[in-house]
Amino acid sequence: MKIIVAIKQVPVRDSNLRIDASGHWIDEDDLSYEINEPDAYALEEALQLKEKHGGEVVALLAGPERGSQTIREALAKGADRAIHIECDDLASLDTLGIANRLAAAIKDEKADLILTGLQSDDLGLGQTGVVLAELLGIPHATIIMQVEAASGSIKVKRELEDGWFQHVEMPLPALLTIQSGISKLRYATLMGIKKAKTKEVRRVSAGDLPQAAAATVTIERVYLPEKKKETQLIDGSPKEAAAKLVEKLKFEVRVI
Amino acid sequence: MSGILVVLEHRGGAYNRMSWEALAAGQQIASASGQPLSAAIVGNDLEALSGELASKKLDKGYRVEHALLKDYTADGYVLALEQLVKKLEPEFVVLPHTYQVRDFAPRLAARFGQVLLADLIGLRKDGDNFVFVRQLFQGKLNADYRHPGSRPCFLSVQAGAFRAESLEAGSASVESFAPQLDASSIRSKPDAPFREAAQTVDLGSAPIIVSVGRGIKEQDNLPMVEELAQALGGEIAASRPICDNGWLPMERQVGSSGQTVSPKLYLAIGISGAIQHLVGMKGSKTVVAINKDENAPIFEVADYGIVGDLFDIVPALTEAVKKAKGA
Repeated sequence: MKIIVAIKQVPVRDSNLRIDASGHWIDEDDLSYEINEPDAYALEEALQLKEKHGGEVVALLAGPERGSQTIREALAKGADRAIHIECDDLASLDTLGIANRLAAAIKDEKADLILTGLQSDDLGLGQTGVVLAELLGIPHATIIMQVEAASGSIKVKRELEDGWFQHVEMPLPALLTIQSGISKLRYATLMGIKKAKTKEVRRVSAGDLPQAAAATVTIERVYLPEKKKETQLIDGSPKEAAAKLVEKLKFEVRVI
Repeated sequence: MSGILVVLEHRGGAYNRMSWEALAAGQQIASASGQPLSAAIVGNDLEALSGELASKKLDKGYRVEHALLKDYTADGYVLALEQLVKKLEPEFVVLPHTYQVRDFAPRLAARFGQVLLADLIGLRKDGDNFVFVRQLFQGKLNADYRHPGSRPCFLSVQAGAFRAESLEAGSASVESFAPQLDASSIRSKPDAPFREAAQTVDLGSAPIIVSVGRGIKEQDNLPMVEELAQALGGEIAASRPICDNGWLPMERQVGSSGQTVSPKLYLAIGISGAIQHLVGMKGSKTVVAINKDENAPIFEVADYGIVGDLFDIVPALTEAVKKAKGA
């Protein structure tokens, strides 16, 4: 089974985000980056499917040079090779533009299964995977908690809302967006890190791919959200703050 | 192209509440732009649902009906709605941002060379056009989006962002629309939805909830929070990552994929407040947040906040609660 995993590099969780001078995006200069968390689970699922059924896992990433680090980590965890679409203009593309690039870079790979995380921690639009499936003309399912592969088809467990689930069967090739927490993430082994250095990374220049249409949606302004509630911040040492909070809980909230 | 089309969602013979919030968003666009509003439901045998639809203020209702639409499939919904959108040529298509919409709407939009402006928390008219507001970085930032060019413009709205109570009543005719579908174009076979083991904890009725998130770092640190919950006489709950790790059972998860709660007191410990969590608890009467990051989105919904190290504050709070209760 040949599995492609589309991964994205995002600022590390708990980054101190600052809005850039243009007010259109964040200042990226001092940020550290890591794999988008749901994509890490997609990679894990791909590696487990390969262990069960054999085949190949190919990591796919679009982004600037710094993306190489995230690709190396995916290779160290066990991906067999990678495709890096090199581009510095991600912020100027919309989902359709990015999905077009991903589709063009993998159309000759003839993968059986394409996995990606259900959404990104930065934009959170949650649609690159679904749009990629549309562009490739293959069926898809989203927010997947479990994958069972058979020959020529898969059965997946979709998460619905409020604790409901559903099994869905579909023919291969197909695309799935994977939910965080589907399984335990593995760490790269020393051997894996060593091997990663010798694995193939196919570099594709965005300029060599078909030109994507101009973005239909644009970000006009990025800003800190306004508070919905007036928060009473309680200060002091931990002991003092705790005592003050208990006073509030007793006399204002009346739960003690 | 003109008009607004709202696509409503239903399950088990009843409308999803978020459908009415999407319709409220549709009414807002309609009144701001002076365009007609229509709404559609998709399925098979929708007679029973059309009465309620006809009682809303809209210009037209559509029942998109076909035997192959009895159970939800992305292929079926995309094909059926593609035909309805082509027929009506609306300027805006508005949907509730549910898991089902997330499954099919991006694909539907792509058929029209469009992307879905997903999970909107607000919108406003600005000149000849609209500004659409959505969150970035798990709610840490907001962004104003514009969709200046081609149409239709596909939008989905976040749970709770528009008020179903503000929906205007009226009377509308509901007509049937029969899309052309054939079985071979629907590639996935869905089984009936199911629930895992019966829930034994009903967080929905708990008056006090002490909820813990990633900030707790390790499973071994949980007893500290359990002790606080016990002192307060509350139930313990958690954000998704804690349950994903198996540190607490899934049934104690609060958020869009877990339980929705509205206790008298919701104490959020080490929870940053990603939107998936906030939708499950923002109806709480009083929210207290303890977090080391003063910019964490949880403080946007908190009535009281302590910025600091939970490992210092939680034990101190447990002591103070015990003292106040005279235990």
